[in-house]
Amino acid sequence: MSDPKHQPAQKLVFVAIAILLVIYPLVLPRFYSALAIEILIMSLFALSFNLMFGYAGMLSFGQAMFFGIGAYTAGLFLKYISSSLALAMFACVTASFLAAVLIGFVCVRFTRTYFIMLTVAFSELIYAIGHKWASLTGGDDGLVGIPIPRYAIAHLPTIDLENIQTYYYFTLIVVALGALVLRIIVNSRFGHVLRAIRDNRERAEFLGLNVRRHLLLSFAIAGLFAGLAGALLIPFEGMVSLETLHFSRSADPIIMSILGGTRFFLGPVVGSALFILIKDTIQNFAEFWMLWMGAIFVGTVLFLPGGVVGFVGSLGLFRSRHATTEEKEG
Amino acid sequence: MIFIQFLNGLSTAMLLFLLASGLTLIFGVLRVINFAHGSLYMLGAYFTYSIATLSGNYWLSLVVAPLCVAVAAAIIELLFLRRLYAREHEFQLLLLFGFVLVLDDVVKACWGTALKLVPKPAALDGSVQILGRTFPEYTVLIIVLGPLVALGLWYALARTRIGKQIVAASLDRDAANALGMNVPFLYTTVFVFGAWLGGLGGAVAAPLRAASPGMGMEIVIMSFAVVIIGGLGSIWGAFLGSILIGEVLAFGTLVVPKFVVVLPFAFMILVFLWRPQGLFGKGGV
Repeated sequence: MSDPKHQPAQKLVFVAIAILLVIYPLVLPRFYSALAIEILIMSLFALSFNLMFGYAGMLSFGQAMFFGIGAYTAGLFLKYISSSLALAMFACVTASFLAAVLIGFVCVRFTRTYFIMLTVAFSELIYAIGHKWASLTGGDDGLVGIPIPRYAIAHLPTIDLENIQTYYYFTLIVVALGALVLRIIVNSRFGHVLRAIRDNRERAEFLGLNVRRHLLLSFAIAGLFAGLAGALLIPFEGMVSLETLHFSRSADPIIMSILGGTRFFLGPVVGSALFILIKDTIQNFAEFWMLWMGAIFVGTVLFLPGGVVGFVGSLGLFRSRHATTEEKEG
Repeated sequence: MIFIQFLNGLSTAMLLFLLASGLTLIFGVLRVINFAHGSLYMLGAYFTYSIATLSGNYWLSLVVAPLCVAVAAAIIELLFLRRLYAREHEFQLLLLFGFVLVLDDVVKACWGTALKLVPKPAALDGSVQILGRTFPEYTVLIIVLGPLVALGLWYALARTRIGKQIVAASLDRDAANALGMNVPFLYTTVFVFGAWLGGLGGAVAAPLRAASPGMGMEIVIMSFAVVIIGGLGSIWGAFLGSILIGEVLAFGTLVVPKFVVVLPFAFMILVFLWRPQGLFGKGGV
């Protein structure tokens, strides 16, 4: 554990950030709320990716399939079955979890290159189905005409997601809870087993750990949270676009996690904020923002193996408790 | 009709083979999947477009464009990839993936987002009669080119000194190094040569499919399916895998035209479940 004198400062920073997140949409214009919502959603998406890559060592190039499956399930549920927000979210996490169990069952049997290529192939398969099964998904046009739910359960105060502030707070709560659950998972025995597998799969096997079952569960949990993140995007776009399933969507959480630092729990969150802010800035003066984002990504891979969080941590100004534990393990 | 469809499948297959062979060759030695392979293929197509329109000579571009791609690959390997050999494979792959992002937009910035059509060379613009049906001459060229490349590769790997060194390095890098082979040089050679093959694929594909910014990702993912089916690291595996995928696509179009894009991946997953190391792979998944 770290130097105790850093602890109060760290807590202060967390409290400050929490307060900032709560009052943020009250003081700044709508545009910034939208920006923050995007960052929050992508944070959850990137955290789900990093549960697999940062903790279990599985590099997935197909996380968009679960993002999309979650979004389409929630969208279809709201459109055709019930306008209940709570039930739609339940349907969404169930579907993405089950899809991840099925696909993960094949993928986690293999390591490294094969795992990566399988995730790409499955992702293409799901994309192709989403694209061609237009009667269900709307194909190229995306799934439109989804009623935005106005309440969760009848007894609670109305949640009107068409109101951007309500939408912001709703997203904030869901993402914060999701992050909390993920945090508990990575700090649990299960999370430590994942790290053991990441660092030495053979040794973990010899210790009698059921490697496949642990990897499958982490794959499925990651799929679940990716799906939840995808569903959160519906009020943002007012629809589910085919793009949610596309390969370029799978690239986002990869870039974000690397940018922020995969060995730190909040690395993907920092990365997603950086990603969206950089993208927004570049788009103001350059047409092809991915060119610059790609260059930043290449630079990070080459020179900042710990990402931005790792780099800031190595300066020693701002050492977080978690970062220190991680460094010791690494 | 069926035979013509078979030939169409074969032409897709040989195009895929040009990519898959480079992919599998690079994997065999560097142990990394070249994610940027599709981008190099795309660069090959765009270079072909520019050289062919500037010089008016397609054959010149067919020679020069792949060489330009090879130079680009040499820059990637020598300046960037080389720094990461000591780190986990994932980081090499991520770096190459970064180049996918960069090159896709470089192409858009340089050539625009519209399709770039490359006219077929005049000498091969006609068609031939096969079993009473007309078949474009240019497609015949592609079908002939594939096996020639496969034979050339086989000869280079089995009969030449550098080829044998490459095979040795792919089997056991440390032993090859200890025996005094210049392993870093072999790495560069293989990466650049594999990229050249990809560039050649792009140059050949340009008159057939036109150059477009998304063309790389589409075909590289298809080539993943090919090399998984054939077995990573195996040239003949890539050859057979290409033919299988090409034909699955060609005949799939007849049976389920709407869902044809699904077939190669479904087929790949089936083969993979049955034989994870691929048809020609040697285990060690």
